[in-house]
Amino acid sequence: MSYIPISDQDKKEMLARIGVESVEDLFRCIPENIRLKGLLNLPGPLSEPEVIEYFEERGRKNTFDRYLSFLGGGAYDHYIPAVVDYLSSRGEFVSPYTPYQPEVSQGTLQVIFEFQTLICQLTGLDIANASLYDGATGAAEAVLMANRVKNKKRLLVASSIHPEYRQVIYTYTRNLGLEVVEIPYDGLGRVDQKGLESALNSHTSVLLCQSPNYFGVVEDLKTLSDLAHSHEALLAVVISEPLSLGLLEAPGKLGADIVTGEAQSFGLPLGYGGPYLGFMACKKDFVRQLPGRIAGQTVDAEGRRGFVLTLSTREQHIRREKATSNICTNQAHCALRATIYLETLGRQGLKKLAWLNLQKAAYALEKLTSIPGVRRKFGGPVFNEFVLEFPADWNRIKQKLEENGILGGLALGNDYQGLEKCALVTITEKHSRDRIDGYAEVLREVLK
Amino acid sequence: MINIIREPLIFEISSPGKTGVRLPALDVPEKLDVLEGLTVREDIEGFPEVSETEVTRHFTRLSQMNYCVDFGFYPLGSCTMKYNPKLNEKIAGMSSLAGVHPLAPEKLAQGNLELMKTLEKLLCEITGMDAITLQPAAGAHGELTGMMLIRAYHQARGNPRKYVLIPDSAHGTNPSSAHICGYVVKEIKSSEKGTISLEDLAREMTEEVAALMVTNPNTLGVFESDICQIAEIVHAKGGFVYMDGANLNALAGVTRPGDMKVDVLHLNLHKTFSTPHGGGGPGSGPVAVRKMLEPYLPVPVIEEKDGQYHLNYNRPKSIGRVKSFHGHFLVMLKALAYILALGPAGIREMTEIAVLNSNYIRKSLEGIYHLKYDSPTLHECVFSDKFQKDFGVSNLDISKRLLDYGLHPPTMSFPLIVHGALMIEPTETESRRDLDLFIEAMKAIDREARENPELLRTAPHITYVRRLDEVQAARNPVLKWEKK
Repeated sequence: MSYIPISDQDKKEMLARIGVESVEDLFRCIPENIRLKGLLNLPGPLSEPEVIEYFEERGRKNTFDRYLSFLGGGAYDHYIPAVVDYLSSRGEFVSPYTPYQPEVSQGTLQVIFEFQTLICQLTGLDIANASLYDGATGAAEAVLMANRVKNKKRLLVASSIHPEYRQVIYTYTRNLGLEVVEIPYDGLGRVDQKGLESALNSHTSVLLCQSPNYFGVVEDLKTLSDLAHSHEALLAVVISEPLSLGLLEAPGKLGADIVTGEAQSFGLPLGYGGPYLGFMACKKDFVRQLPGRIAGQTVDAEGRRGFVLTLSTREQHIRREKATSNICTNQAHCALRATIYLETLGRQGLKKLAWLNLQKAAYALEKLTSIPGVRRKFGGPVFNEFVLEFPADWNRIKQKLEENGILGGLALGNDYQGLEKCALVTITEKHSRDRIDGYAEVLREVLK
Repeated sequence: MINIIREPLIFEISSPGKTGVRLPALDVPEKLDVLEGLTVREDIEGFPEVSETEVTRHFTRLSQMNYCVDFGFYPLGSCTMKYNPKLNEKIAGMSSLAGVHPLAPEKLAQGNLELMKTLEKLLCEITGMDAITLQPAAGAHGELTGMMLIRAYHQARGNPRKYVLIPDSAHGTNPSSAHICGYVVKEIKSSEKGTISLEDLAREMTEEVAALMVTNPNTLGVFESDICQIAEIVHAKGGFVYMDGANLNALAGVTRPGDMKVDVLHLNLHKTFSTPHGGGGPGSGPVAVRKMLEPYLPVPVIEEKDGQYHLNYNRPKSIGRVKSFHGHFLVMLKALAYILALGPAGIREMTEIAVLNSNYIRKSLEGIYHLKYDSPTLHECVFSDKFQKDFGVSNLDISKRLLDYGLHPPTMSFPLIVHGALMIEPTETESRRDLDLFIEAMKAIDREARENPELLRTAPHITYVRRLDEVQAARNPVLKWEKK
């Protein structure tokens, strides 16, 4: 199948104008010895229906959709209103480049400006960027940014942060001579304050925590920010379930200096992990250290409002090795989806949706812990995820649940010593009461 | 594009009580004690409240203010703004593929793992490399990953080394990525041909240099014909050749980086492999390597055994993760669909026509616009505003005037080694009619520069907004809407 609109006649005439005999002549600058003699060993070409059939066949080998899933942990199955898919699939949003020519990119730029505003409103901070790759790289960028602001090498990272986010932090910081110290969690599933106090010192740039954290527990951000600030360190918060901000106080209002996270919950499909949507907001004093694109308001030659990419002296295409980050292409289209999603839900819708998630999770928690042998692992308050402890190794119970068509939660034992009997269970608005009851029923049987 | 309606910000048309969504009712007993221990917000100050109709009109109108590939010619050099096949969007939307949770048990996601493994194999064949990771999110992320692999390799031999050599024609992401990986950047000056000089390279290449980052063809569109000798010089001192694969659309099916002795290469699936740019992402930046760097690839690695696919996390030498989950899976699907649709002859034809189209434009504009380097070029060519400067017209003015002709301008002021650069990459998906429209517009603009330069300096004239004041935006940043 060809997407080439040049006919053989065109080709002849074009070669004549260029003044060469054949297309091969245009490749003479490539030494003969490294030019391919034949064709690549690739399948195809496939016709359009054959391509569809190829992917449908692989789709049938995925059996995930035959299960009732209670998996979350940084990837959430929320309902996506039809208007999000419809509007975001317009070619005018799908097929432009980064808005380098603002006069013909006002659509993309205004969307980014609205996205930045929404993120500021949700996080309670002054300034947000246009997006980052995902929550994990957002977390890494946050600690690197804090290090630039404070110029101190010690970075404190809560162990209750998503394990994959922590792994990315290690990968990013390893080559830069930075010291990453993990802070343990306490019986509530929150950052252990004693551990934190003993780790904080005058060399510390930042405490990074997640809220709700990987155990679903909402952190006491006010106390953490007071502690961090008393040692002149910043508090950075990473959020993997930003729907929680429809209910919970904005972290910026509780003292957070940087808030970053993963906004997949806002209108992006599970997509087997990507593309998702990283975001980052900060206090305005730190704007020169913020990574990524930023859209700003200005005026045109006639004094009318317009939007442009701005503060680009932070960026790689101007500053090269002195840039705040190497990021170039990021997640503009994902941010567009999130903007449509958030504006469709609006103030009432987001609050109501957060309430639905909170209430259903509370119901599920009560229902599941009423089963003999199942207990709530951590006492800290939760939003839509929680950790349960079972009488035996979770992997054995998980297996039996799967045989009954249920994906009951995510194992924690691989990432946390001592939590081998525990699982992280996630509830969204898509879990009806019947489904939750169904899980409870099967679990009761399995544990008998 | 619309010019009549001035579309407000959504916040300015919001009114209390509206919503665009109908959510299900709560079907469990409501309990207030669950709020215990939580700090609940009073409100989401300023958050918009609009109906679905208003949302739809808002975004439809905003969309109409955008120029895009679906509308017309988009010759941004080094960006490969080719047509995005609609079939690929349909495939990425298949719920049997896109509906899978990233942490689903492997055995429930065999189809997705097979698709990823297949894409890996096909990309290895296209590039001539031995192994690949699909995890990086974009080109710059791939660069960072690639440099981390190189550093890990050197580190394992006791010395990570200190420097990375980068030509002055390189993308800004190259030095930035090397820096974030802990390296000191040494710039190599381009020769009068616009390429790397072997003498300069030999002088700079020491045993403290970890790698050379090279873009081939480079950002002038010029193929580094000495690439094999370049690799020899770098390898002789134990360094690696990192190739920025942004310009693979000039090579695929014709030659392979692996055959040039390149050690690490990143690809931009959103360039060569037709996945849409989305107004600035998401992209996807796989990194391909030679055998000796394979142990360092990010985890997890997809392995195949007896027709079953398995994610291996147990790789002691791995640099670790560079991203959550498995990378931009939905973007990978689009790239795979593209490769399958084209097949081996189609991939070669893609490259051939991309190079033909670029040379057709080059030949048609030679003499009218200044060409600093006369070396042969492949998929892109770089003119400058040198001739038009005599009339007080810059590359910016020329670009803005192109907007009045309904065309998107080339990349401006890059590469840095060409003053007043206009970097043109047409790609293979442009018809001769569209190429001619651009060529004629560029010729007309040159005439206008001589006859009426003011017309260019005040362009654009017919766009939704006129020329925007970028200085004011930076000097007095307004970065969000605020309630008055």
